[in-house]
Amino acid sequence: MAKKKVVFSFPPRLISEPITYRLVKDFDLQVNILRAMVSPRERGRMVVEISGREQSLQDALDYLIEHGVEVNAVVQELRHHPDLCVNCSACTALCPTDALTVDSTTREVSYDPAECILCESCIPACSYQALESQF
Amino acid sequence: MLRTIDEINDKIRSGKVVVATAEEVVGLVQDQGVKQTARQVDVVTTGTFGPMCSSGIYFNIAQSTPKIKCGGGRASFGGVPLYAGWAAADLLLGATALPDDDPRNAVYPGLFKFGGAHIIEGLLKGERYRLEVRNHGTDCYPRKEYFTELGLDDFTQATMFNPRNAYQLYNVAINLNKKTIYTYMGVLKGNMGNANYATSGALSPLLNDPKLRTVGIGTRVFLCGAEGYVVYPGTQHVPQPQRDDRGLPLFPSATLALVGDLKQMNPRWLRAASITGYGTSLAVAFGLPLPVLDEQVIADASVTDADITFPIVDYSQNYPLGRVVDLGRVSMAELMSGRIEINNKAVPTGSMTSRYQGRQVSLELKERIKRGTFFLTRPVAALPGATLIDE
Repeated sequence: MAKKKVVFSFPPRLISEPITYRLVKDFDLQVNILRAMVSPRERGRMVVEISGREQSLQDALDYLIEHGVEVNAVVQELRHHPDLCVNCSACTALCPTDALTVDSTTREVSYDPAECILCESCIPACSYQALESQF
Repeated sequence: MLRTIDEINDKIRSGKVVVATAEEVVGLVQDQGVKQTARQVDVVTTGTFGPMCSSGIYFNIAQSTPKIKCGGGRASFGGVPLYAGWAAADLLLGATALPDDDPRNAVYPGLFKFGGAHIIEGLLKGERYRLEVRNHGTDCYPRKEYFTELGLDDFTQATMFNPRNAYQLYNVAINLNKKTIYTYMGVLKGNMGNANYATSGALSPLLNDPKLRTVGIGTRVFLCGAEGYVVYPGTQHVPQPQRDDRGLPLFPSATLALVGDLKQMNPRWLRAASITGYGTSLAVAFGLPLPVLDEQVIADASVTDADITFPIVDYSQNYPLGRVVDLGRVSMAELMSGRIEINNKAVPTGSMTSRYQGRQVSLELKERIKRGTFFLTRPVAALPGATLIDE
């Protein structure tokens, strides 16, 4: 079983297409939608965790890209700016997945994009604009 | 009496001074006891870094020709209103002041991207802002309007003043209501979704000298990278707080009024804060040196994160309405673990104060003392309710 967390961006013409259904039906994948935002006639965006056989996963991504879906790694979607961060840890209490944590010894705050589900709960908690969402 | 402040300053001058941070003192005392540590260490440094709304700067501008009188008029700087109730060329900018056209909480929760605090930080980074002054003309100050652009170098003097800083102990904030609330203690999710604290705990200046035996009016301190001074008790100072067995106060108690030269400050040690739904504030770095005049100084400074406990306060109803309701206490060590337990519920914790930066402050102050660039002062008077160590 392989697992990937990615962001799909759909152009307007694909918004009416049942993409998620195709992934399940044609590629036998498990699709966990973490976050989605669809603006009719503009674009649709979806943060998903997909898992299945390595080959099916690759075939599915090829299929999506072929049909005009942009596939991006989650890492670019939420940014933690260490140069702006004061390491206070006000954000860590609001992070539901421990993507933002404070080291028990150094007391430095760090961000692990692999754990982030882009819920953006952390953003209003930061007083120093050290967290930025591009979703 | 182990040593006097004059003797400590002689050691600083000769480079023989021994300095330890309050965190290091915890380890030293555990290893070798209070007596030995007190003999060995001359100065203990403390540090904290967090938003202190009670911050502002006052500054003096070079006069225009013809002259204008700011006092009694209206003035703004970078679009943020100034206090203009002093003499002709003296103005005050508060950290929480907002431009008149800021939407505030009209779109809730407000973002407060720019206010007095941002101008204070900007000045330290070399930014210049537009000053606008309007007033009635007088025979000696005939000008009625003055518009110019000024940066930090243009001010004759610029001084930071904290009417209140260094709160000794602070609340742990929770929200017992259902809806998320936006407070100066950060975002508090409903049904005790999180608990926020604001202290550097075992590094906190006044928790390492809980009875204020070494700090008083005239004590030289580290303030945002500059040498500052304790000039008075801070506002809301509580002279006779309830204390635990260790002498630590049970509720927010002592505070300090601090002053320092803005021109000596550094943006590394001062940051503007935009607190969602609340307003702007200024995060300031404050470090207090504790002279080890007797063994009790070390006994007090050996306080650990497990020793310090804080009251839990509900900010949805009880705090705004001024109700004192006992929701229990929690220790700094528990808070720093990332989760505390309240009524059998695991509640994640977050801090408004940066322990990391507080540690940097204590280390920077330690370095300055060891390098011989920071000397200690003997306070000229005790703070209300306190008795200074008799030298």
